[in-house]
Amino acid sequence: MPISAQPGFVSYLLRLGDDRLVLGHRLSEWCGHGPILEEDIALANVALDLVGEATLLLKLAGETESAGRNEDALAYFRDSTEYRNALIAELPKGDFGFTIVRQFFFSVFSLLQMQALQRSSNAELAGIAAKAVKEAKYHVRHSAQWVVTLGDGTEESHARAQAAVDELWRYTGELFLTDAVEQEVASAGLGVDASTLAEPWHAQVEEILRRATLTVPPVSYMQRGGRDGRHTEHLGHMLSEMQIVARSHPGATW
Amino acid sequence: MMVNEPSAVQPSATPDDPARVAEFEARIARGESIEPKDWMPERYRKQLTRMMSQHAHSEIVGMLPEGNWITRAPNLRRKMALIAKVQDEAGHGLYIYCGTETLGTDRQELVQQLLDGKAKYSSIFNYPTLTWADIGCIGWFVDGAAIVNQTMLAKASYGPYARAMVRICKEENFHKRQGYEIMATLANGTPEQRAMAQDAVNRWWWPSLMMFGPHDAESSNSEELVRWGVKKKGNDELRQRFVNLTVAQATAINLTLPDPALQYNEQTENWDFGPIDWDEFWRVVKGDGPCNRERLAARRDAHAAGEWVRVAAAAYAAKQQRSATEAA
Repeated sequence: MPISAQPGFVSYLLRLGDDRLVLGHRLSEWCGHGPILEEDIALANVALDLVGEATLLLKLAGETESAGRNEDALAYFRDSTEYRNALIAELPKGDFGFTIVRQFFFSVFSLLQMQALQRSSNAELAGIAAKAVKEAKYHVRHSAQWVVTLGDGTEESHARAQAAVDELWRYTGELFLTDAVEQEVASAGLGVDASTLAEPWHAQVEEILRRATLTVPPVSYMQRGGRDGRHTEHLGHMLSEMQIVARSHPGATW
Repeated sequence: MMVNEPSAVQPSATPDDPARVAEFEARIARGESIEPKDWMPERYRKQLTRMMSQHAHSEIVGMLPEGNWITRAPNLRRKMALIAKVQDEAGHGLYIYCGTETLGTDRQELVQQLLDGKAKYSSIFNYPTLTWADIGCIGWFVDGAAIVNQTMLAKASYGPYARAMVRICKEENFHKRQGYEIMATLANGTPEQRAMAQDAVNRWWWPSLMMFGPHDAESSNSEELVRWGVKKKGNDELRQRFVNLTVAQATAINLTLPDPALQYNEQTENWDFGPIDWDEFWRVVKGDGPCNRERLAARRDAHAAGEWVRVAAAAYAAKQQRSATEAA
């Protein structure tokens, strides 16, 4: 079946790309302000990987859409209501504990997702996923090590890490929501239905939290909306900063 | 990034054995490389510690004005390039701190000197980055000036510093090309982009010339550093080299360097340039530049906010150590 006959595929690629662009942007806010120089380097590294993956995914989304939008048009000239990232990606960076716990939750998800997408029937997406898997393995290792260090470090670091887990937990459910888009790409062999990733994600995350002496929060209401363009108030502010130069000079090349 | 700025090291209290100093200077005269375990005069050690740590601090503080535009870079390619550049600077800082540690002062102490306002860093970073064009201009001028200086330092007598400079220079060359390419794109862009580029050139040109430090006659450190093979050339010679290189680059992309006195001198084969505002130079060195307070405050804030993380990492490492010992 030609790609153009898969209307859900563009939406799906936007979800993949936006998750990584928005989270990469949030991570890049640390550049020059990290707790130790080694972490300035590591967080920039992860940010760079994520923005790089986003660039490839949005480029593919633009090509698939065939409406003349390239990756920059998609990144810089869509409003927040047109963004399709999960809410967890857009929350402000918080303290180092919040950033690390969020990164750990997302990286475990991303690794599972990208491992599955290596088998996408779309060769380009499969290629992007193969590259992303290598990167996500490092992201998981790096963030998991820090989750354990902070959780099992001092009383203060434990409290901060636990607060981050408690605050972020209600945003994790959205990562595994299924809907018509997820089902359509899954049945076409293009993508993976995110709901199938929930079980391995919980197993891996809870194992690390246990090692970190952190407690898994009780089941509660899970926030949602990002996949349909209904975001937190934070995304608009983030995008207004990110897009200001590009939008101030429409038509300009950089 | 580099610093040729003055903050003289006091002579050591106990003078070194003159015979050993003579032998040391003979080694340098023969072009030998001084390595960490070799004997060296205390003052050589101090001067190098000062220079190298200032250099490392400059890399770290330099992350701030450029990091200021990461979140507003105008397209994804530029955003990635800028993140990578600032990350490179963190890497340079780390590398040079490690090099400085070979002289016997650890990183923690050096960082504390910066936070306490006792150590200097390149004054260029006390100027604000006001538009996207500043990112291009910093790459072109500031990294360009750094390359001129570091190409010379790559032959410095102290082995670890020289080797660090060789490696760092390669990356700085890449940054400079990237910066120049940003400027060329802006200069060929819309009238607003062109104006933005020219404005950045107007603001960064003179501070970039100041990066090479005072005239040699007024530089308290230059003579000794040249004698000990740490610096192979004086501030004025390096500054002239930078001007000569940059004039043609500006002409090629139709941007004007803000100096009416700039003129080619057939006799010396140099570009003569107008007087530098040394009052401004000293004002910024002494703390009254536009962003001195902000830069230091940002470093102090990051350090204070990261304290609990560093303590946690140390506590966790100690726990691991204990359980490894108990298991053994």
